[in-house]
Amino acid sequence: MTIILSLISLILISVAVWQLTKIFELSKPVKSEYTDVADYKDNDINGKLMFLFLIFLYGLTIFSFFKWGDVILPESASLEGEKTDTLLWFTFSVIFVVQTITQAFLYYFAFKYRGNKKRKAFFFPDSNLLEGVWTVIPAIALAGIILYGLMTWTEIMTIEENDEALVVEIYAQQFNWKARYAGEDGVLGDANVRFLQDFGGKNLVGIDSTDPNGDDDIVVQELHLPVNRQVVFRIRSQDVLHSMYMPHFRAQMNAVPGMITQFAFTPNVTTTEMRLRKEVVDKVIKINNIRFQKSQELTAKGEFPLDPYEFDFLLLCNKVCGASHYNMQMKIIVETEEEFEDWLDEQITFKEFIK
Amino acid sequence: MSKTETSHDDHHDHHHKETFITKYVFSIDHKMISKQYLITGLIMGIVGIAMSLLFRLQLAWPEQSFGVFDLLLGKWATDGVMDPNVYLALVTIHGTIMVFFVLTAGLSGTFSNLLIPLQCGARDMASGFLNMISYWLFFVSSVLMIASLFVEAGPAAAGWTIYPPLSALPQAQPGSGAGMTLWLLSMAVFIASSLLAALNYIVTVINLRTKGMTMTRLPLTIWAFLVTAIIGVISFPVLLSAALLLIMDRSFGTSFFLSDIFIQGEVLHYQGGSPVLFEHLFWFLGHPEVYIVLLPALGIASEVIATNSRKPIFGYRAMVASILAIAFLSTIVWGHHMFVTGMNPFLGSVFTFTTLLIAIPSAVKAFNYITTLWKGNIQFNPGMLFAIGLVSTFISGGLTGIILGDSALDINLHDTYFVVAHFHLVMGISALYGLFAGVYHWFPKMFGRMMNKNLGYIHFWITAIGAYGVFFPMHFIGMAGLPRRYYTNTNFPYFDDLANINVVITMFALIAGAAQIIFLYNFISSIFYGKRTEKNPWKSNTLEWTAPIKHIHGNWPGKIPHVHRWAYDYSKPGSKEDFIPQNVPLKKGEKELQH
Repeated sequence: MTIILSLISLILISVAVWQLTKIFELSKPVKSEYTDVADYKDNDINGKLMFLFLIFLYGLTIFSFFKWGDVILPESASLEGEKTDTLLWFTFSVIFVVQTITQAFLYYFAFKYRGNKKRKAFFFPDSNLLEGVWTVIPAIALAGIILYGLMTWTEIMTIEENDEALVVEIYAQQFNWKARYAGEDGVLGDANVRFLQDFGGKNLVGIDSTDPNGDDDIVVQELHLPVNRQVVFRIRSQDVLHSMYMPHFRAQMNAVPGMITQFAFTPNVTTTEMRLRKEVVDKVIKINNIRFQKSQELTAKGEFPLDPYEFDFLLLCNKVCGASHYNMQMKIIVETEEEFEDWLDEQITFKEFIK
Repeated sequence: MSKTETSHDDHHDHHHKETFITKYVFSIDHKMISKQYLITGLIMGIVGIAMSLLFRLQLAWPEQSFGVFDLLLGKWATDGVMDPNVYLALVTIHGTIMVFFVLTAGLSGTFSNLLIPLQCGARDMASGFLNMISYWLFFVSSVLMIASLFVEAGPAAAGWTIYPPLSALPQAQPGSGAGMTLWLLSMAVFIASSLLAALNYIVTVINLRTKGMTMTRLPLTIWAFLVTAIIGVISFPVLLSAALLLIMDRSFGTSFFLSDIFIQGEVLHYQGGSPVLFEHLFWFLGHPEVYIVLLPALGIASEVIATNSRKPIFGYRAMVASILAIAFLSTIVWGHHMFVTGMNPFLGSVFTFTTLLIAIPSAVKAFNYITTLWKGNIQFNPGMLFAIGLVSTFISGGLTGIILGDSALDINLHDTYFVVAHFHLVMGISALYGLFAGVYHWFPKMFGRMMNKNLGYIHFWITAIGAYGVFFPMHFIGMAGLPRRYYTNTNFPYFDDLANINVVITMFALIAGAAQIIFLYNFISSIFYGKRTEKNPWKSNTLEWTAPIKHIHGNWPGKIPHVHRWAYDYSKPGSKEDFIPQNVPLKKGEKELQH
């Protein structure tokens, strides 16, 4: 790798030197009136390059969507996420149109009105009509985007807990996640970092053992969620800021020490269903091809090959939290209500665990 | 005014008494101070950009061994492989240096200093002495920041936003020890420097304009610098208070930002503080800071685009109004950095509303620039290329701001690479282009020589392709859900298909980085060997070009020119030349545009 890189830098440097020498040839004063102020020839070349740059910009856009469009997150796996996705693509289409048109005007005018000796600029200092037009039109467009955005935001952030909602605590620490379920009573026991050292360190999330609500709480390292049921997350951190980020559900909320934050969504696709979605299947195939190639390189060097990849929902940390921030993750499994209950029954309660 | 003039005339007689130290080191002349700002800013820029290339190598070829890491990072890159803590430190210091030292002090410091007295028609800044102090405080803060790179446990590594508790507790990461102390100290000194400078700028613009230079005849550069200084004075003290409170928490056991913490096996004593409070204080500066960086760049672009289009800037009044509107709104939008911090969702709604409103004055500015080009007679001097590039990246980056400013959409994109791509285009690259446009345009004024235009063209086109090549694909990584500040994404097989994009981005970054060497070469060699300039090489209207090429104390020999018209009488019908400098009186029967 180092060799390739040094080769690249060598090539780059030599290209640079070659260009430099060429420039010096070009910049030799052919006539005595040579100055470093742009002349007709410079205007012509740079004006044309402006037009080419517009093509480059469009080309880059098209190429990127064509080549990398498939890395974009698959369709949302939560009810709320579907709403944000609609809003996202609506907003995207608006700004895409604006971007395409304004960049075209900018670079086309730069090309079209490149200076020459004959041209005289048009003295055009002001127009209230034009200023009005491009104040009012963006204002109307933005009013629409703002209203639509705020409606969506309010819907997502107004957490109306119904009786059926599942309350889960997400607990963050350097550098892992834990989840706590309320158990049969449906109420999370009180907790504080002061209790973390109780029971010889077995009190993993600092549950207050004098609060009876905590007795049947269940602390786990893998997040299981039932499908089609609202989940309310209460988020805590024991040391620094973290952020609970679940991109597939379009969900994110910071974990703040000294404070309980919350977020809610309703997953509507199970892990199994998600794995069968076409875009996910394609993505997994693509990733496994990449991993297969890497594995071959590794085995050739006598190292262990990589495991094949299978899709899972993820919880990532999205607020820089220290050295291993990049590896602070938890697996999320969305399953049917029955599977979820079965799994929950197998787990040990807090009371049993500290015995 | 007449009093100052006479005193300065007296001063000229003693000109020869200047020693090396008073002329080049502790100078109180605004032109020398602006050069000092520029050169210090460029040196910091080299450090900041070099850091970004280092961590781009790590991102494209994660955990690979590189000779250059071994060379530059030493013990922090065992066998040439970058350490995760060092990755975070590089990201942090890159951000701090670029935002504050290059794009605030390097850009605003250089051109406010150079242009405010020259374009307003003043002998110097209101207080030359304070001006000198503000530069030397900036210098001290730069030295402190660089010194923090050499402490035993490494420099600050909590991100340039230094959110506590990570930044407050040395147990949380090695960079939060002496490195963070130096960071805070450096920033405290930096803020003192910015405040002194800003007060000086404001007083000079308000009080020392020459006869006839009404506020509505001011060039847009000066409007931008004035408003920038005002938002600086309003918001920088809040960051200072945040830094001081954080120092108290770190060193004196207070609990402003900390509460209920258990780390490394022990419960800490902190009770009742909140990191969210710090976030509010930080972003109360942090967001206006974006405009402190951007407005001067836009001001420079206004001047450069009008001059080189040989046309008046379109919609002068609307441009001034939009600068004021942006400045006002910029102080009430900080919460859009905090939609997912646990802040009340209703506050989120308010901040979404105010944030998206900024798009309106921004759109007005962009359209006015484009209309200025329309039917112009565009002279593609290197400064002009960068000014057009600025408008382009300002649009591209600004538009994605409509997505991120929308709280509902920010939930999923917050702190991903989408944000990195957005702000680099809209404030990073745009402001950097503004800096380059300014350097190419005013180099003759600063150094009396011209920069080589062909090297300038090459510099621009490689940089332009490189900048879009780096930041356009980066949006896709963000939309794939990859968080920023990850040392590597190899621990998530889900992100394995991003590896190719990361390689492409790094390639473009290396190319764009290499192009800056061309600029540096051009800059340094032109200082000594550039072609000697004419008095007004770009045929510009503003007052600085009426001053003699060779710098003198007091800027103009004899009387300061009086101003009779606005700065944008380019290609005015009825005039033979396509420009009429501001000091030329109205001809008989000629009407002045009313503003």
